Order: sequence, then C-alpha cells, then structure tokens
Amino acid sequence: MITGTPKPIDEVLEMLEPYDNIILAGCHGCVTVCRVGGEKEVQVLASTLRLAREASGKKIEIREVSLERQCDPEYVEQMRPYVEDYQAVLSIACGAGIQFLAEKITTTPLLPGINTGFLGVTERQGEWTERCQGCGDCVLHLTGGICPVTRCAKSLFHGPCGGSVRGICEVDKEIKCGWQLIIDRLVALDQMENYGKLKPYKGWNSARDGGPRRIIREDMI
Amino acid sequence: MKSGSNLEKVLAAGHLSVTAECGPPRGANPDIVRKKAAFVKGHVDACNVTDNQTAVVRMSSLAGCMLIKEEGIEPLIQMVVRDRNRIALQSDLLGAAAMGVRNLLCLSGDHQKFGDDPQAKNVFDIDSMQLIHMTKMMRDEGVFPSGDKLDGAPKFFIGCAVNPFADPFEIRVPRLKLKMEAGADFVQTQCIYNMTKFKEYMELALKEGLPEKIKILAGVTPLKSAGMAKFMRRMVAGMDIPDEVVKRIADEPKEKQAAKGIEMAIEQIQELKEIEGVSGIHVMAIEWEEKLEEIIGGAGLLPRPVVE
Amino acid sequence: MLPCTGRIDEALLLKAFENGADGVMVVGCLEGDCHYISGNIRARARVKRVYAILEQIKIGPNRIRMYNLSAGEGSKFAAYANEFVDQIVELGPSPINLARGGGVQAAKEEETT
Repeated sequence: MITGTPKPIDEVLEMLEPYDNIILAGCHGCVTVCRVGGEKEVQVLASTLRLAREASGKKIEIREVSLERQCDPEYVEQMRPYVEDYQAVLSIACGAGIQFLAEKITTTPLLPGINTGFLGVTERQGEWTERCQGCGDCVLHLTGGICPVTRCAKSLFHGPCGGSVRGICEVDKEIKCGWQLIIDRLVALDQMENYGKLKPYKGWNSARDGGPRRIIREDMI
Repeated sequence: MKSGSNLEKVLAAGHLSVTAECGPPRGANPDIVRKKAAFVKGHVDACNVTDNQTAVVRMSSLAGCMLIKEEGIEPLIQMVVRDRNRIALQSDLLGAAAMGVRNLLCLSGDHQKFGDDPQAKNVFDIDSMQLIHMTKMMRDEGVFPSGDKLDGAPKFFIGCAVNPFADPFEIRVPRLKLKMEAGADFVQTQCIYNMTKFKEYMELALKEGLPEKIKILAGVTPLKSAGMAKFMRRMVAGMDIPDEVVKRIADEPKEKQAAKGIEMAIEQIQELKEIEGVSGIHVMAIEWEEKLEEIIGGAGLLPRPVVE
Repeated sequence: MLPCTGRIDEALLLKAFENGADGVMVVGCLEGDCHYISGNIRARARVKRVYAILEQIKIGPNRIRMYNLSAGEGSKFAAYANEFVDQIVELGPSPINLARGGGVQAAKEEETT
C-alpha cells in the first residue's frame, strides 16, 4: 500500500490560515489502511482543527468527506456539486490522490494534510516499512524475492557493500542489510548461482528517471 | 600491458608493489596536496587519491591526481559511483585517461549519511562492479556502453576494493571472483589487523585460483594510538581489530603509542609479504603521510624498483 | 450509550470538547478485568493520543484523564470525580469556552448573580 504520515498540526494550521470554510477530504484506499487518511482520521483532524481555530479566535467551518478513492475520476466527481461552496480542500489522501483532485477541481486550492511515504507493508500496528520503488523492471526472481533497489541503501546490484555488519546496514541500526537478506534467502533456496552472475546495468528509464510514467493497456481501453 | 602504468609494470615484473594514499584537502589549496606528495614521492609505485571519502566534500580526485603527478608521483584515481551517473563516470574516465592517469580504483562510496551533506541525493546509477565492467569494455573493446566507438580508449589498470572481514564472510571470496570476472586487474583490501582471518580468506582465494588472475594488494593502516584503534573498531563498519592488537598498543604509555603503531605496521607488512598470493602492500597512513618512509623503509621495501 | 470504553475513539473525545466540555473524564474497568478483553487498554491508548492533540493545539492536555474502577467501587468513583472536577476548576474554562464567552467561569458568574 501507499503509506504516509500526518503533517504536523502547526503546518496544517498555517496552510489554513487564509480560509474560514474548507472541505477535509479523506480516502478509503491505502491511507485508510495505514491509518493516516481514512474516515476516522478525517473526523479527528476536523475536530482538532476546529478546536485550534476556535481557541485562537478565528473559527473555521469544515465539511468532512471521505471518497472511496481520490485516485479514480468517478469518485472525485462526487465532490463537484458542493466543492464551489468552499474556499479550499484539505486532502489527507496520498500525493497521487491530492494531485488528482487538484487536477479535476481547478477552481479551488488543494492543500496536502499528510506527507506521503512509500510503497510498503504493515509490520505490526503502527509500523510500516518500504518494499518497492516501482522501478518498472522487477528482478525479484533473481534475488530471492528481496528487492535490491529498495532494500539496499545504495540500490546495489552486486552487494553487499563493506558497510554490512552482522546483517545490519551501516546507514541505520534499525535497517537490515538488504544484501544479507538476499544472500541468506538464495542460500536457503539453493540459488546462489544467481549471485555469481554480473547483472546488466539497470535501465532507470523505466523508473522515475525516464520522466513521469504512464501505463497503457490496449486490451483494457 | 593493459595500461602501461608503473604499478602494472612493477607487478608484472613480479615485484611486491607498494601503494599509499593521499586524501585531498577540504579546500582549494593545492599546497596541501604538494606537501603530502613530498612525503610519498619515491616510496611508492603509485598513490591513490581518494574521492570524497566518507562522503565528506574534498578537492576532486582528478585534480589531486594531477597535482601529485606534477610532483612526479604516479597517480591512482579513486572513483565512487555515489555521486555520478554513468554519463559523468564515462566522461571522467576519459578525462582522467587524457590527463595521463593510468590506474583506477572503482568503489561504491560511503553512504552520504556519513558526510557533511546527509541530505544530498545519491546516485548509484551503476554499482562498482558495473563500473569495473564498463571501464574494461571501454579499454579493451574501445566502445562506450551504448556501443558507439571511442576516439581513443582510456587505458586503465583497473582496481577494486574488498573488505575480507565484512559480513557475510562466505561471499567475500565469491565477490572478489565476481569483480575479477567483471574486469578488475588488482584489488586493494581494507586494512588488515586480523591476520588469522585474512590468511583464511587468502586460502579460499588461492583455492579459487584468484591470485593468478587478480593482483591482491594487502591494506595496512598504522595505528596512531589506542584511541584510534578503539574509534575505528567502533565507528568503521566492517573493521576487524582483534583485542590483542588493541591491547598491545594500549599497554604502551601514551607518548610511545605512535612509535608502537609504526612498529606493529612494519610487522604486519612483514607477515603479509610471506602470505602466498599477496602481490603488494597498500599503506593507508591516514593523515600521517610523513611516516610512510619510515614504515615502508622499515619493512625493507625501499628503494622502489624501476621497471622499464 | 457506550457499552465499553473500548468503543470510545479519538473523534468522540474531541467532539466532547467541541460541544463545550472543559474536561473529559474517561472511566473504564480495571485493567485486566475488561469484559471485552482489551477495551480499556485501547481506550487508554486513545486517551493518550487525545492528550497529545490537546497539548499540540494548546487546549491543555490535563483536561482529559482516564481512571480505572470496578463496578463495586462507588465511593472511589465519587472521589475520582471530585478530584477531576477540582482539577478542571483549577484550570478554568477551556480556551474554546473562553472564545465563546462561556464555560466554567460563566457558570460560576451565573451562580454568584
């Protein structure tokens, strides 16, 4: 899922300074699952903002909505009938959702209420970790199902580097060395022959470096 | 000859090579490099010039190479893939070769987290293994990775680094083999203090027949003090300094620790010389270049051979 | 009606402040004695989060507190309630009520007039 963290409340309040009626829009997708932008978070943030603003003597009216997904046009359209009645939309969906709203709703300013994180997994309640950078050219079959681009701090294709100590990456003692994980898995799978091969230079053009990406599936259009 | 560098010639002639390293300064003052060069000159076959080591910004490696070359020392350019994509790397390889640099060391580079710009974007477009491969292709086939022909191939004696002590130990030799296959002509090791483990590593390397195909230059760093030993052990990832080494220097009174460190470095070199498969010694006297003559001479490695 | 403090969430607690409460006292069963296993533990975590929110927006974190009691401890309940009310009276009206010109202070003034 796409993960994220709430923006500090002071930063949100500063963004909202010019406005006295807004829409606060959540999303039922990824951000609901990682507890940063779902219906519950809309309620809590709306209350928090109303309280803070009223206490400072400048009340704000907030319409609380949660769309099924902010990254799909049909759900975004649901906001259109009333969006003009408000001065701004504060969205706590991921960066994709916020931008999609901004793109479709051109007359109202869109404000981000969260910092979008990464494509990750839930380790346990309250802890998420990164797994995929969406580089567009998956090599997991060669690396024991562990991604060198994401799990190695240097995205090495022939790791580990000298900074791997007892399975821990030198960058942070909380981060496991991706290459130690890969090697352990290759050994367990009896696939170490994959380690001994020189891998071709990665084509980063299928990653972000090729410019904003697009997927077209002719069979589905 | 692949490159015709002095280092390559010395090794080809069967001599035990000696290399050292110079860290360029944190500023534009060329005299600092010249001063270090004066300590190095005549005592080595080639001298490494580091490339923003530990991700701390310094004068560029190529500029440092040119400065020591002017002083009559054969440069060995270090190149990390942390800061440059393949376009910049190719361009710098051509530039360095054009300026007469004949030795190259391909490295990943320490993560930028450890430097003075931890917020910098890192590159790691290709990794050090692929940089070795790319340089070999440019040198031997005379083409860019794109397949286009080069107008003048960069003639480098291609090196890489290994840490024989880093985890996981069991892939350290396969990794050296991979670097050899990618095109490395020589390897400089991380500083060796744990002789037992290094000998074990060399035995495995010999079993694979590696020393015949890749020149292994054993790394030595003289300890200035017990404090330095403890600091390195704690702070440098993959640094293996056995307790008895630390104890030996720590048992000396403070003012005699430096002399002890040099004595120990000389002993280490003597021991490394005897290990089968070791082709050279790489002395990394970190900010202690003035002791190079004492160390290298003390180990009986002076004067350096002249090979035509 | 709340069947259990486990049903309380952050939004509900904040709503109480929006509705004019100067303080919110959450009273749950003794820890380890929850009929729904961990309802009161969850409530404690949520109260803690609201405590942090109130601190951030300068409403004052001490306006919310969780107590644990068994159903048989009537006098203890009374003592806790009195203690919490004293704490809130000491703090005075919440900034929200001040902004609205009401709350504890207004109520007190009403009493005296």
